[in-house]
Amino acid sequence: MNTHQLAGVAARLKVNIEEKTFRSSNGGTIEVLRDLRFEVEQNEFACILGPSGCGKTTTLRILLGLDSDYKGSIQLPGLADARIGAVFQEPMLLPWRTVEQNVRLAMPKPMRDIDLDGLFSTLGLSKMRNFYPAELSLGLARRAAIARALAIEPDILLLDEPFVSLDESTAQQLRHMLLSVWSERPTTALMVTHNLQEAIMLADRIIVLSERPAHVIGTFDIRLPRNYRNDQVKADLLRSFNEKFAGLRNAT
Amino acid sequence: MVLLSFGALVVAWHLGATIWPSRAFPAPLLVLQTFISETASGDLPYNLGITLCRVAASFVLAMLIGSVIGVLLGSHRRADQFFNPWVILFLNIPALVIIVLAYIWFGLNEAAAIGAVALNKIPNVVVTMREGTRALDSRYAEMAKVYRFNALDRFRHILIPQLQPYIAAASRSGISLIWKIVLVVELLGRSNGVGFQINLFFQLFDVAAILAYTLAFVAVMLFIELVVVQPLEHTSTRWRRSAA
Repeated sequence: MNTHQLAGVAARLKVNIEEKTFRSSNGGTIEVLRDLRFEVEQNEFACILGPSGCGKTTTLRILLGLDSDYKGSIQLPGLADARIGAVFQEPMLLPWRTVEQNVRLAMPKPMRDIDLDGLFSTLGLSKMRNFYPAELSLGLARRAAIARALAIEPDILLLDEPFVSLDESTAQQLRHMLLSVWSERPTTALMVTHNLQEAIMLADRIIVLSERPAHVIGTFDIRLPRNYRNDQVKADLLRSFNEKFAGLRNAT
Repeated sequence: MVLLSFGALVVAWHLGATIWPSRAFPAPLLVLQTFISETASGDLPYNLGITLCRVAASFVLAMLIGSVIGVLLGSHRRADQFFNPWVILFLNIPALVIIVLAYIWFGLNEAAAIGAVALNKIPNVVVTMREGTRALDSRYAEMAKVYRFNALDRFRHILIPQLQPYIAAASRSGISLIWKIVLVVELLGRSNGVGFQINLFFQLFDVAAILAYTLAFVAVMLFIELVVVQPLEHTSTRWRRSAA
């Protein structure tokens, strides 16, 4: 299955950003990230949690290679040229291509003809393969974006609040779908969120960021397998999280 | 509805020509007769074909060059600031001046004729495509970068679909502008084509023949619009039609 990834060769994600600033419109500079250091182990699902506007999306953009104007270094897992599966805040599907074309276009040339029936059916998209994105609801478009990110068999999966602006039941359904496709072929994953319940349900580890300029306040490990995390356990995890990070009010 | 509308126009024309009979205002039937005799002699199809070839050549040339310049200016702010006065200058040079200068500098030949027509259209294409390039959504380009689209895929699946409405607009206005200018070019410096023939008939005061040639040409352009342009637009925008 996992053919192109060499196990053991720098399999973890290492982030070491010393400084990231933006130039504001009035000529001043805004410091967004300062000494942001964390690692994500191979095949670990980590969540970045932090107050809104603290630089979570900026961090992700740096990891995606869309912003190289920072001081520091990052190391993606896998080979030198890591394959990144990205789920953006907006689905960012090409409106002029069908769902299936969108997924296949993102795949490297030699993989383009592989069978995607399993992936589409796990995500409940089998009947929508020939639909255009404009014909999909936001929830379905998000699923298509997740399908695209996982179809390329990524070395790392980066997700930027993939479940915002959905109603809670749809979001919950999507979280389960994401978990089931991810568990079929686990990969190092990093998800940005401001939803603590979501992080407790999905993550092996929660990385908590401070206000701007963002750095890591602490991490919260959840070693319990996901299928043991029932409502009672989640409530306990939530309580111990809040005890540990009492200051972080808006992460609820 | 279209047929009914054209029918009414022909009837009005016929009535007008019957009430005020004149050599300068022939009835539709006479024009039709001229059309048939000119077609039978082979003159009309030959000259029409020549003109259409010139229209096609200048159109392709203008669209290609104009699009490339437009996309470059739209994506490079500095270059745009520098070259914008040039664009405005060329936009405002009268077609006739470009044609005359082209014939003087490059001689009365085919290349000068087609080049002059294309040059008249290029600034319009540049302006439209520059607008289109400025309106590109950079998030699609970022998505393509993350997923490592190669250059060809970026061009086919990211750039062209976003520019498609602007290409369509430039083509639409382009084809009508070009065929009007082609006639002037033919009138001034070629010895065949619809424009040359119309000049000939103008000297003979043969209004029926002028109208026969004009209508034949308009009919061809209408045919191209209905059979080529509209279906093409329909297919390339089918993803737009049904929004959830």
